[in-house]
Amino acid sequence: MKFTLSWLKDHLETEATLGEIVERLTSIGLEVESVDDKSSLKPFVIARVLTAVQHPDADRLRVLTVDTGDGRSPVQVVCGAPNARAGLVGAFAAPGTYVPGIDVTLAVGKIRGVESHGMMCSERELELSDEHDGIIDLPEDAPVGTSFASYAHLDDPVIEIGLTPNRPDATGVHGIARDLAASGLGRLKDGKIEPVAGTGACPVKVTIEAPDLCPGFALRRVAGVNNGHSPKWLQQRLIAIGLRPINALVDITNYVTFDRGRPLHVFDARKVAGNLVVRRAKDGEKVLALDGREYALTPDMCAIADDNGVESIAGVMGGEHSGCDETTTDVLIESALWDPIVTARTGRELGIITDARYRFERGVDPEFMVPGLELATRLVMDFCGGTPSETEVVGYASHQPKIVSFPVSEVKRLTGLDVPKAESLDILKRLGFGPNGSGDVVDVSVPSWRPDVDGKADLVEEVMRIHGVDEIVPQPLASHGTVNGKILTTLQIRSRAAKRALAVRGMMEAVTWSFIPARHAEIFGGGQSGLKLANPIAADMSDMRPSLLPGLIAAAQRNADRGFGDVALFEVSGTYEGDTPETQRRVAAGIRRGTAKLEGAGRSWAGNAQNVGVFDAKADAFAVLEACGAPVDRLQVEAGGPAWYHPGRSGVIKLGPKTVLGHFGEFHPKTLEVLDVSGPLAGFEVFVDAVPEPKAKPTRTKPKLELSAFQAVKRDFAFVVDRTVEAGTLTRAALAADKKLITGVSVFDIFEGASLGDGKKSIAIEVSIQPVEKTLTDEDFEALAGRIVENVKKQTGGVLRG
Amino acid sequence: MSTLDTLENSLLADIAAASDEQAIEAVRVAALGKKGSVSEMLKTLGSMSAEERQVKGPAINGLKNRVTEALTARKTELKDVAITVRLAAEKVDVTLPVRQSPAERGRIHPISQVTDEITAIFADMGFSVAEGPDIETDYYNFTALNFPEGHPAREMHDTFFLNSADGNQPKLLRTHTSPVQIRTMEAQKPPIRIVIPGKTYRMDSDATHTPMFHQVEGLVIDKTANVANMRWVLEEFCKAFFEVPSLKMRFRPSYFPFTEPSLEVDIQCDRSRPGEVRFGEGNDWLEILGCGMVHPNVLRFGGLDPDEYQGFAWGMGIDRIAMLKYGMPDLRAFFDADVRWLQHYGFRPLDLPTLFGGLSA
Repeated sequence: MKFTLSWLKDHLETEATLGEIVERLTSIGLEVESVDDKSSLKPFVIARVLTAVQHPDADRLRVLTVDTGDGRSPVQVVCGAPNARAGLVGAFAAPGTYVPGIDVTLAVGKIRGVESHGMMCSERELELSDEHDGIIDLPEDAPVGTSFASYAHLDDPVIEIGLTPNRPDATGVHGIARDLAASGLGRLKDGKIEPVAGTGACPVKVTIEAPDLCPGFALRRVAGVNNGHSPKWLQQRLIAIGLRPINALVDITNYVTFDRGRPLHVFDARKVAGNLVVRRAKDGEKVLALDGREYALTPDMCAIADDNGVESIAGVMGGEHSGCDETTTDVLIESALWDPIVTARTGRELGIITDARYRFERGVDPEFMVPGLELATRLVMDFCGGTPSETEVVGYASHQPKIVSFPVSEVKRLTGLDVPKAESLDILKRLGFGPNGSGDVVDVSVPSWRPDVDGKADLVEEVMRIHGVDEIVPQPLASHGTVNGKILTTLQIRSRAAKRALAVRGMMEAVTWSFIPARHAEIFGGGQSGLKLANPIAADMSDMRPSLLPGLIAAAQRNADRGFGDVALFEVSGTYEGDTPETQRRVAAGIRRGTAKLEGAGRSWAGNAQNVGVFDAKADAFAVLEACGAPVDRLQVEAGGPAWYHPGRSGVIKLGPKTVLGHFGEFHPKTLEVLDVSGPLAGFEVFVDAVPEPKAKPTRTKPKLELSAFQAVKRDFAFVVDRTVEAGTLTRAALAADKKLITGVSVFDIFEGASLGDGKKSIAIEVSIQPVEKTLTDEDFEALAGRIVENVKKQTGGVLRG
Repeated sequence: MSTLDTLENSLLADIAAASDEQAIEAVRVAALGKKGSVSEMLKTLGSMSAEERQVKGPAINGLKNRVTEALTARKTELKDVAITVRLAAEKVDVTLPVRQSPAERGRIHPISQVTDEITAIFADMGFSVAEGPDIETDYYNFTALNFPEGHPAREMHDTFFLNSADGNQPKLLRTHTSPVQIRTMEAQKPPIRIVIPGKTYRMDSDATHTPMFHQVEGLVIDKTANVANMRWVLEEFCKAFFEVPSLKMRFRPSYFPFTEPSLEVDIQCDRSRPGEVRFGEGNDWLEILGCGMVHPNVLRFGGLDPDEYQGFAWGMGIDRIAMLKYGMPDLRAFFDADVRWLQHYGFRPLDLPTLFGGLSA
């Protein structure tokens, strides 16, 4: 919402400065977004052309001497305007001036060999209008040497406020003035409008067939008008707020729209066939609107039609056919009420943003429907002459004000402000509310221009914003009186722990989009219709991700394309198996690319890093599980993973037969192809939300530490097994041979070779033994070794390597 | 010169001449071995007369002791030399670089770090942390938050919708973290003090808007919480978060459907230095959050009586305050995972924000 300072002063009697007004507007909730104080027009001064002679080398140029009124000798200016002549008084720009219309800062220059010390400007060069047929030509008596802007009243500052959707009353300058006056920054001038008596009934009748869309319609004809230009002052105001003056009738509708927040429409009465009817549009019904574009309407939209068809899209934009131009002699002025929701939806669906829609969708003042028409009639008669008919008002049942029961103590309860009751009520009165009653609870009637006020909290806001938010003294929130305990949920704690655990492993945390390309979603098990966006912002951001991996892999490739191929990235975030809260998963995922191993990437004198692989991903996955408190010693790893992994180089991590905690591996070549990326790549996903909640413990005491007095020893074994035997099975078998003495089994060598026979391999393990009762004798060791060999043979068919 | 003296001189000379452990061992065997020259002499004591033995005994034993001592000393000397030689041979170039520790290479994203900073501050004020789903229903995102059907305020949100299944009302991506207000009220009785960090989505894209961004919501509900308390909470938060001793804030009346009264908050800052924002000084105002008293209708939707309970809520952009505090110029880079950006703007994994250790120090 834009307006000028002088326009505001039409409605507000005030001594306040521009700065004070701007500050007050913001502090009462009408946030000032910008102020143009027009200082850019200050350098332009009124100057008189003393002489004008033909340029020696150019037919269409003249050389002027110009008196700029600064008391110094006249300056020489080269000018191409046809109206440049001796005696002309115009607007002069000296060298160094920025001329907005041509976006140039002037310098002393030579034009066809003649020096020019400045410029006599056209209206277009000052962005006052499109006029460029000649330079500005002022009356003889315009005071030379003074500011052109202030002479022409162009120095009127323009204020723009960012209006919140709840304040239709502030879509007009009068309403803004009311707020400022209520806040004590002046006196609101009487905005009362005297009705204009009409002669004869309005010849065009109105029928409302859709009363739910149109709760009121007022119409009046003014015959015999002369639709020329509107007065200069009005044009200047419209230009100042960014509107283009068209003709007097159209300018009047725009003026009343901004002056009072009351949109109007004017029809050329001679182009209207028959009577007007307000109805739902027919499906596909077309109208050529005033913006020159054709729109197809639907029955959800409201139209004003005559015998020819739709003449106007109600509340949004008028039709081209019955629009007013300079040939209009009889005008029909419409002032109507339109349903805010229908207006908003119509505008949104047709993609039309107009000043009328802006107001109707917020809700215009119903009680100003008729006065707005009277005001417009008065202006039409003033600017264009003509004879008005009587006003035809259809469908309007008079406004019943809302009554809000208001305990005045609510101000204190909700804001902490101590505002005396009398002041609270006075503020409401100044804003046009009608408090009634003398008790602690008063009935307050809500003015017709404040449809946003429904309840007592709304009235508290009115008192608070006018009394002053700055008056509210901060008060500490009461302490709970205890030390704050654990405030994070297990899932939050685990998410944090997972992030730190992966970062400590040299990985960088990424945050990637929750929506990914459809092809990426599909190959990672997603792509269901119900998880696609109906209105994605871009084609490749269309599907809610089923996995964090595609986003991370794509990110790694982007880095590789920039020359950083060895990257390790992770993300701990949501994936979407469905559209319910329960099917949003919390996942920790990571990928390593190139040689980005735990110890570091790339070449080194101490040994080059190898390509990343499945075991790097496995180690990362287990680090996350450990950080999340998963019972890592009880987890099983099964070969193979979901389809997007390399089938022979991936694994699933399980707790028990059913609970999948994650998977890891290198990727299937087809996955890389679909993602359009290259490896080496390995990654993992851990389902943080699948890790069981830790058991509540009655005590934090750790179990007693039992230290054996006997020396721990290690023994090596090598077994020849079938190639298909998994190391995990063999180590479990060795461990199980004596659960008391054996404290650990690690694999230290894997060997395959012809010497072992076809389809065989050797697995070498180191068994850690901790005697607890006595030092073991050779016989004891032999017996233990026998049990290990026997159990391994039983579980895997493996035999001790000779 | 006696035979003993001659022998001693000769042995000491041999010891001194021995240049390695092998040579010194040979000298020892030649002197003190079973058939060594000194041992042979000792053997002669047995056949001597008592008087003779009294004279020769101490002389020969003295010789033996001196030779033994000399041998030991020379051995130590030779060992030291050998070590010195070995150490010299083992010298390496210690200026060769070592690999950086993984904990130094890793990075935490600014959004995670700032979320931790926010958590640390609100934990101190007695708040808990709540979360909610990204995919929401129209009810939680709008209706229960007092957005009337068709109201222009819904349009301010540029909502992403999911494909609707079987003509049901389509689910949507939450446009703010406020739905969790309702979910919290449904799940928990007042007093409520929570902050809600999370992802939010709007159809918007430029240097300061991305279709996905992060918000943190705050909600306080009890029987007395008012605007004055809200001012205190937000002012204390901003001072703690931006780590300045004082900060000027401007509370402006505004409008949100789910709060009444509603306010927007600007903080004073100095942006005169290119690429840098300083808080607690200067003449610029930067909008950082919206807040207000929870609307009576929202309390009702949450199952609470607005005449019994009252409270306030606020929402602010995590990415935005991260940008303000740490100076990232472009929001889009937050989601690009450029390792150069992460390396520069990210945080080391062991830099845990705490109040006792300073949030970012």
